Amino acid sequence: MALSQSEVLAGLAEIVNDETGIAIESVQLEKSFQDDLDIDSISMMTIVVNAEDKFGVKIPDEEVKNLTTVGDAVNFITAAQA
Amino acid sequence: MVKLNQYETVKYSRIYSLGAARGDLVVTNDDVAGPIDSSDEWIRQRTGIITRRRASEGLSLMDMAVAASNEAIAKAGIDPSEIGAVLFSTITHPFQTPSAAALLADKVGANPAPAFDISAACAGYCYAIAQADALVRSGMAKYVLVVGGEKLSDFINPADRSISFLLGDGAGAAIVGPSDTPGISPTVWGSDGSHWDAVSMTASLLDFRDDKSTWPTIQQEGQTVFRWAVWEMAKVAKQALEVAGVKAEDLSALVTHQANMRIIDELAKQLAVPEHVVIARDIANTGNTSAASIPLAMHDLLERGEVKSGGLALEIGFGAGLVFGAQVVVLP
Repeated sequence: MALSQSEVLAGLAEIVNDETGIAIESVQLEKSFQDDLDIDSISMMTIVVNAEDKFGVKIPDEEVKNLTTVGDAVNFITAAQA
Repeated sequence: MVKLNQYETVKYSRIYSLGAARGDLVVTNDDVAGPIDSSDEWIRQRTGIITRRRASEGLSLMDMAVAASNEAIAKAGIDPSEIGAVLFSTITHPFQTPSAAALLADKVGANPAPAFDISAACAGYCYAIAQADALVRSGMAKYVLVVGGEKLSDFINPADRSISFLLGDGAGAAIVGPSDTPGISPTVWGSDGSHWDAVSMTASLLDFRDDKSTWPTIQQEGQTVFRWAVWEMAKVAKQALEVAGVKAEDLSALVTHQANMRIIDELAKQLAVPEHVVIARDIANTGNTSAASIPLAMHDLLERGEVKSGGLALEIGFGAGLVFGAQVVVLP
């Protein structure tokens, strides 16, 4: 059963919180991983791998570069699980 | 009917001793931060490196390899004439031919031992230990001198933000020989050339000759390498433990290639190594020295008394190729 966009956001926020300690409520769709949340490339990759596990999707390396905002990631995951 | 002789095999092998030589210069993060528009704090946070050791112009790769080898030979208590093969893992020997190993063999008194270089980047030391184990147990050589050595500072671009600022210079050596008890587990090793570009040179020597490029230097796709180095290598490390017949709690030390502290930490987390297992973190002071990093890190743990001779260490190397190698060894 595919998760809704808000369910993916909630799950992703937990992963971000685990990896970086950033408060769950700060992880919002319009936030940029790098510029707003100050997440570096290594943490980003850890988040990506954990998201793959959690949501059962594949996020290729070349796709990671396109995931600028939390919304980009949520949309990609939501579409990928369909 | 004439009976053909074949090698008499030996049941077990082990590492007798280690030797180490690091670059003579202590290079701080402030020293390298300028050209990459960075800072000491940024580099520490992302790599765990506080200083890296680099060799001055007058200190060559061969000088460091000879120093490390002489220490290992002396500690093994063997005569260099007993060395039956010299394996030199390096990617920074600045001659296409002849090999660094042939010159090293001569310089340490092992002439006329067979000698050859191994090009397996950061997995080079584990590749060479695997070869040394095979040579000793097959009976082809009584003792094998293994060296992982690099002068990476000859192949860096100070303005490169992908890898140059991590790199250091040094050489680590080991003597492998016959043993009454098992000392080197089966090796889990391999390659994945579909990621040939993930860690690479900026150009070929031909491009440089033809004025199509500047001096070729090392570069990497950091995120791709990080993902592979942690999650794929965690599988390799688990496989190495399995074929060795040991569990993570049986280890005294985890000695990974010293690529980046974040990789080391995440890999240790993925392996769920218990707290009593000492995790080698020589990268903090030495930087990433490619083929030299595992023997240097293991030598450091032994010298500082953090681990004892006779304990088990999982060593795992991974890098440009992509290539990887892992084995469990008894600490010398």
